[in-house]
Formats: sequence, C-alpha cells, structure tokens
Amino acid sequence: MELVEAIILSVLAASTPLLIAATGELVTERAGVLNLGVEGMMIVGAACGFGGAWLSGSTIIGALCGIIAGMLLSLVFAMMTLGLAVNQVASGLALTILGIGLSGLIGAGFVGERITPAPHLHIPGLTDIPLIGRILFGEDPFIYLSLALVVAVWGFLYRTRPGLVLRACGDNHVSAHALGYPVLRIRTLAVMFGGACAGLAGAYLPLAYTPFFIPGMTAGRGWIALALVVFASWLPGRLVIGAYLFGAVTILQLHAQGAGVGIPSQFMSALPYLATVIVLVLISRARTGGSTAPAALGTVFVPDR
Amino acid sequence: MRKRFLAAAAALLLGGSFTSGASAADKLKVGFIYLGPVGDLGWTYQHELARQALVKEFGDKIETTFLENVPEGPDAERAIEQLVRAGNKLIFTTSFGYMDPTLKVAKKYPNVHFEHCSGYKRDKNMSTYSARWYQGRYIQGQIAAKMSKAGVLGYIGSFPIPEVVSGINSTMIGAQTINPNIKVKIIWVNSWFDPGKEADAAKALLDQGADIIMQHTDSPAPMQVASERGKFAFGQDSEMIKFGPKAQLTSILDTWAPYYIARVKAEMTGTWKEEDTWGGLDSKMFAMAPYTNMPDEVKKMAEDTQAALAAGKLQPFKCPIVDQDGKTVPCEGGDHLADGQVLGMKFYVKGIDDKIPGGK
Repeated sequence: MELVEAIILSVLAASTPLLIAATGELVTERAGVLNLGVEGMMIVGAACGFGGAWLSGSTIIGALCGIIAGMLLSLVFAMMTLGLAVNQVASGLALTILGIGLSGLIGAGFVGERITPAPHLHIPGLTDIPLIGRILFGEDPFIYLSLALVVAVWGFLYRTRPGLVLRACGDNHVSAHALGYPVLRIRTLAVMFGGACAGLAGAYLPLAYTPFFIPGMTAGRGWIALALVVFASWLPGRLVIGAYLFGAVTILQLHAQGAGVGIPSQFMSALPYLATVIVLVLISRARTGGSTAPAALGTVFVPDR
Repeated sequence: MRKRFLAAAAALLLGGSFTSGASAADKLKVGFIYLGPVGDLGWTYQHELARQALVKEFGDKIETTFLENVPEGPDAERAIEQLVRAGNKLIFTTSFGYMDPTLKVAKKYPNVHFEHCSGYKRDKNMSTYSARWYQGRYIQGQIAAKMSKAGVLGYIGSFPIPEVVSGINSTMIGAQTINPNIKVKIIWVNSWFDPGKEADAAKALLDQGADIIMQHTDSPAPMQVASERGKFAFGQDSEMIKFGPKAQLTSILDTWAPYYIARVKAEMTGTWKEEDTWGGLDSKMFAMAPYTNMPDEVKKMAEDTQAALAAGKLQPFKCPIVDQDGKTVPCEGGDHLADGQVLGMKFYVKGIDDKIPGGK
C-alpha cells in the first residue's frame, strides 16, 4: 500500500510540468497561434526560476522569475509572428533553439548549486491520514496551482465572454476583426499567457522536481506538452487526463522494470506516448468524432488598414 | 575574447556553439567536439576540464577550440570538418556516436590527426581512447554490498549497450565477493541525460526496497534523491558530493587530462601515431572520488581493492565467469575474459535476476 502511495506521489509530480505548460499552450492555440517554442520557454523558465530562487532563497520569487522569463521570451515570438507576420512554425522552432542557448548562458553562473526544494503542504491531522493524506494534502504548491489553473482556464474559455472572443479569434480571425475585436492584441495576450505557463512549468523542474539547474534539463518535456494539446483536442479536461495518463505510464513502466516484468525497456519507454495517444484518440472519437482544432490555427493575420 | 554563434541549423533541438581564441600561425590548434553543454556536470564537463588542463599546461603554445551540443550522426561530420577547415591539426571527438563521422573526415584529411573517444574504428590518422570504468564499478559493487542493509542494489541504466552491461556485471561480481546473495534491481531510462526521469527511476528503485543507488546516466538527480531519502549512492563521471554530502560513497571520475596532454605533446614533437588506448586505474584514465560516508574498514577494503586493480593483481572478469543461465563463458584472455569479450558483453552474470532488454 505504501508503494501505491509512493507511485501516485511520483506520478503527480511527473505530470505537473506537462500539465502547466500544455494548459498555457492550449490557450495560445485557442487564440489561433501555434507556438512551437514551448521547450525553449520552459528551459529559460527553468534557468531563471532557479536563478531567482537561488539568489533570493525563496521558491515564490523563483517561480515569478520563471513566469516573467517565459513571458518575455513569448513576447519575442509575438513580435515576430503577430507584429511582423512571420511564419509561426519557423519562429516557434527558432524560439526553442534561442531558449536552449539563452538558458545555458543565464544558467552558467549557477550550474552545480543547490537550493531547498519547494516545501510540501502539511495540515496536521489531514496530511497524516494513511494512504490518501499525503496525496491529497501533502503535495507541493505547484500541483494544487496546476489544477486550479486548468479549472480557471476552462471557466474562462467556456463561461466568460472574453473567453468566447478569444476562441472566436482562433476560429475565424477575419470575422472577429470585422466585429471590432482587436485580434492581434488578444492573440498577444494569449501568447503571453502561454509563455508565462511554460516559464512556470520550466521553473517547476529546478524548484520542486530535481532541485538543481543543468542546461537541457527539460529534456523534451515542452514537445510532449505540445503534443498533449493536440491529443486532448484542445479541451482542458482532456488535457488533465492526458497529462496524468502520460505521467502514470512513465512512472509505472519504471516500477515494472524494477520489479523485473521482462518486457523490453525500449518498448516500455515508448509506452507513455503510445498509451496517451490511444486513450485520447478513443475519447475524442467517442464523444465528438473528429478533431476540433481552432480553424485559424497557425495562420497569419494582417488586419487591413 | 570569446566568439559564440550557433553552428548553422544543427538539429531541431540542438544547436552547436563555436568558441575560439585569437589566432596565430605558429600555434598548434587543437579542436574538440562535445556531446552536451560544457556545464552538464558530467561527461562533457570532464572533457572540458581536460581541455582547460591542456591550456594550463601548454599556455600560448596551443590554441583550443570546442564545439558543444553537437548531435551524434551526420551533423557531427560537418562540425568536425568545420574544425579541420579552421586549421585544427589534432581533433578530439568525445562521444561514441561520432565514430563514423570522424572516420569519414579522417579519410578526407590525411594530414590532420583525430582522437575518437570510446569507439573501435581506427585509421592511420585516427586513434581511439577509452577507460576501463568497469574496474571502478567492481570497487563500487564491493562497497555497495558492505553498505546495503536490505541486500538490494538499485541500478539506473541508460541504454543496454555492452559498456553499461559490463558495468552492471562488474558491479555484481564485486558485490558477490562480499554478499553472495546480493540482489540488483535494474531500471533503464533509455536516455543518457534526463534529470527528471533519472530522479523518478531512483525513487522507484528506493520505493521497491533498494537502499543503494548506482547510476550509469549523467545527471546528479539520482544522487540528490538518495540524499533526500537518507540513502547512499555513487556518482557518475564527475564529483557529485555536492548533491549528496551524506549520500555519496564514491564516484568514478573521468580524468582525461593526462592522456590529452600526452597526445598533444606527441603531436608537437611529431611522434603522434595511430593507437588504441584502453586505460584503467593503472594508467590513470579514470580515478575514484574520495571514499566517503562509510566506516573505516569499508574504506580500507575499497582502497585495497583499488590498489590490487591498479597493480593488475585483480581482474574483475576473472575466469570462470558464469552467465545467468548457469553456462560458463569461454575464457579467451588467459585467466580472465579478453578485452573483446568485455567490449562486446551481451549477457548478465549469475545472480542477476533480470533480462537485458532486447536480448535473448
């Protein structure tokens, strides 16, 4: 039973950076912008997040540094793709390469340093309940934050007028523009939100997951977050399922190896991807049948003046 | 003065960056190709330390250049050629995956000398060098068996290639000299470097009852997990005691500097020739970090074993070696397995209750 608890705790921690980054990207894409630079924004968020926490000694300041760094980098992307109408795919890839280089430069000064990881919640009585206590009431703050974030994004997109306008920009920017909505401004804000989330997701790695900074420590998680958005067919609820499923299979395959199940590890390593794709495709087939990609996703919009 | 720019369109994820000093015609130019960033605290970092040692040793008689984050495969060829065109006369390519690209460039430029790390293909202007890290793993196996209360070791592997498999075997042979019933749990993360996944693997091993963490991956994340849980671990490539002041027992340190200095000297005096160097503790191709966090008697045992290995009195793969199915492995190297058998090792020794992924 203790093993089950340990596994669930590991799963939640492994899934959280994916969930945060993917939630941000979901909002960006819902506004019609495809930002492939998630990995780059994440790694810069990791470097700045660690730097902030290391210099200040505070996890919160570290997280804020990560958020701001991700946001600033996303502004570069917004300037290119929204201001200058440059191709979004190329700009996004360039942003990743830029981010990886930049993070190495920023992080060079504190490679090999250590910080105290983010504290875990502890409510006397509740956290001590066997089995579920630590899972429900003993996590690090980022995990609660990530779930709150998803609920907030869902509420915003589907229960508020600005959310509707944002989705309209993503589905048909010409109509939104004709109705008088400032498409480019809305998209810029969406891109910045995506950047902030990616920065926070990146900062989670050195602040809570593995409390040190090393260049390249995101190790492709930004790309997984991007893929999750597609498999979740741009719906926040499915994103949670996708992220936790991915995390669960990742951790379970490690445990299966340790227990000596005897399935080739190369296959086991591919399993999280496989399982996530299959399950999310099945869900989307069963409920709506077909993709619900924002119609104007990735297309350049230049308002006529 | 350092100039940095992205080497053109390396791969989607990885750019290479180019660093160079001031140029002068009479200096020997030495180039390096690195797999990771110089700040990875592991594999690439140790090569970088050796490069810095070269600069310290030869001062302004040489000029060094390195390209970092160079992906293995076809892109490496262009990066190596770039170093040749920049006038480098001796080029170190520091990862297994640069083997074929190095050979290709070497054939094209017979007047340039190449040094490839951990491969097996050579040419008249291309040498290879590597270290017998398995000797260090034998020592670690003995220490682990002494220090483990549960009698279960947790081993994090990168890829099931012979180098890693022989490391696991050597560890177990060492451990079995102390505790014949020692068990090992092995988790492959299928990556050399993914701190998050390495940490998760370490947690999984500890959750399943292992109480010593050993790794053949490059980040200090497993060390840190062991440290948080109050368990012991061994570092990899570099000194990792900073990440586990109370956890690190020792670490296998890649010490390339003496070799690099010797090769540059040979190049300067015109005595460089194609060689295959596979050095162990005797030739100081690697070293052991100080033995820490263990009782004096364990430390003494480790030091004695290290001395015996360095003197050649002790062979980790001393015959008879029995594989996990109980079959005795043919003994092709006299009283121990031949180098070729170690370099191509594809079996687990007796006592390992697991299968090599993708193996039989």
